[in-house]
Amino acid sequence: MDSLAALVATTMNAGTPLLLAALGIVVSERSGVVNLGIEGMMLVAAVLGFSVVHWTGSYQLGFLAGAAAGALLATLFGALTLGLLTNQFATGLALTLFGAGLSAFLGQPLQGVTLRPRGPDGIPGLADLPLVGPAFFAHHWLVYAALALAGVVAWFLFRSRGGLVLRAVGESPESAHALGYGVRRIRFAALAFGGACAGLAGAYLSTVYTPLWSEGMVAGRGWIALALVTFATWRPGRVLFGAYLFGGVTMLQFHLQGRGIEVPTQLLAMTPYLATILVLALISRNPRWIRLNMPASLGKPFNPNA
Amino acid sequence: MRWPLALVPRAQPSLPLTWLSPVAAAVLTLLAGALLFFLMGKDPVQGLRVFVVEPLATQRGWSELALKATPLMLCAVGLTLCFRANVWNIGAEGQLIAGAIAGGSIALLATSRTSPAILPLILFCAALGGAGWAAITAWLRDRFNANEILVSLMLVYVAQLLLSWLVHGVLRDPQGFGFPQSKLFESTARMPVILAGTRLTIGFPVALATAALAWWVLARSLIGFQLKVAGLAPRAARYAGFSSRRVLWFVLLLSGALAGVAGALEATGPVGQLTPSISPGYGFAAIIVAFVGRLHPLGAIAASLLMALFYIGGELAQSRLGLPSALTGVYQGLLLFFLLTCDTFIAYRLQWRRNVPARA
Repeated sequence: MDSLAALVATTMNAGTPLLLAALGIVVSERSGVVNLGIEGMMLVAAVLGFSVVHWTGSYQLGFLAGAAAGALLATLFGALTLGLLTNQFATGLALTLFGAGLSAFLGQPLQGVTLRPRGPDGIPGLADLPLVGPAFFAHHWLVYAALALAGVVAWFLFRSRGGLVLRAVGESPESAHALGYGVRRIRFAALAFGGACAGLAGAYLSTVYTPLWSEGMVAGRGWIALALVTFATWRPGRVLFGAYLFGGVTMLQFHLQGRGIEVPTQLLAMTPYLATILVLALISRNPRWIRLNMPASLGKPFNPNA
Repeated sequence: MRWPLALVPRAQPSLPLTWLSPVAAAVLTLLAGALLFFLMGKDPVQGLRVFVVEPLATQRGWSELALKATPLMLCAVGLTLCFRANVWNIGAEGQLIAGAIAGGSIALLATSRTSPAILPLILFCAALGGAGWAAITAWLRDRFNANEILVSLMLVYVAQLLLSWLVHGVLRDPQGFGFPQSKLFESTARMPVILAGTRLTIGFPVALATAALAWWVLARSLIGFQLKVAGLAPRAARYAGFSSRRVLWFVLLLSGALAGVAGALEATGPVGQLTPSISPGYGFAAIIVAFVGRLHPLGAIAASLLMALFYIGGELAQSRLGLPSALTGVYQGLLLFFLLTCDTFIAYRLQWRRNVPARA
């Protein structure tokens, strides 16, 4: 039973960066913008978050730095795609390539550096319960914050006026513009929120999850988060389910190894990527279903002067 | 948020700006690079000299430039066709690795007395390997409508892990002191060097010929016409009876094959064995090359030489100035950002807002 508790605990731990990044993507894509730069933003945030924790010893400052870096890069992406009307796919790829280069560059002196250990995680009292304690209540606070964020994003998108406007911008920017809403301003805000979430996810990876910096350590999680959002049809509740499912898939490999099942590590490490491909194939099989759920203006530029 | 300037669409995209834009982007990247050198406490002029001028000062430098440009050119030409057809294959890195595995496995069979006929066989198998890897993306897109961006990218990670598994296992050199790499290829299975005293192999003329051939396909052949129409106006292509599936398979298989050949040329050329890090991100850099080359096969030649310069400049900056070689990646990203920025003005011009007619 202990191993079951460990599986639950590691699943939540591995699912959290995916959940954080994917929630940010839901909000930005609901406003009609595709940002393929998530991976790059996570990498830069991971290296900055790690170095801030390394230099100041404060994890909170590290998360803040990660989120700020993500938001800043997302603003740069917004300046190009919303201000200069560049192609969103190409610009996102540019951001990912730039982020990979910049993070490798900034992180060169941080290779092999370890962080000062932080205090015990978890909810005092509850964490000491047998079985459910280590499984559910002994996590870093960001794990619970990410769960709460899923609720907040769901409430915002579907129960608040602001969310309604955001979705209107994503469905038909022309109509929203005609009603007097600042399409660009709303998209900028949505992008910045998405960037901050991706940054938080990156900082969590490098300071809590691993906690080490190594080049390219995000290892495609930004892309998996993008796939997750399609899989979850842009709904926060399903994103939560999908993120934990993928967290579980990532972790299953270690548990199989722990049980002495002899499969080469490299082949086991392929599972999250293969699972992403499999899920994408299954979910995309019905194009009508995707079209029904996808924000109608997703990826299309909008020029109020055209 | 009222900007004093507005972007107004031009009646016609500006042709001179189409070709000026990459030049401007390159200049801006170098300026930003000089600023970067300055911020790191280095003399910007000396930094740029190391990065841009020194690699081109010697014959050996030029040969290294052409050597590094070879895989970039091959991948970028394939991606050019994909992007023209609006097929977003961003997994050239994975297809390159698959080609290196396929071609390298054949090369490992060679002995000291193998005939040179093995060289075309190596390249053929590499092309099959790369095309096979891309075929997974094509099939999933064709059969299940799965997004080719995400699938081709996921397959990069899978290919990297596959290569790592092979060189840790069945392909590992038994006499290699446990290092995860294959044994060195026999000289009979190495691509012939075409310039004595350098590492430049037959791969460079192969890449040049490929670019020329791709230009012919794009400009003169029926499938080239079909893929351009499919990219520019999918509905017009459907109306004309062009098969979008045929275009999808054609561009993906072709770009996969070219990336695969690039991988084998690297493995049996300058590298000489299979190692886990066979490519320093050539497949990803080729995306930038394709855009900088204006999605034109001949433009890809010039753009791949520029990108190769960044690779060599990064290495020199490390050895001469003690800067991280990862500088190359920063420059690559900056180049694409600047290019996209400059490209805006091909289709739009800036106008003071008070002169913009009110929108109906």
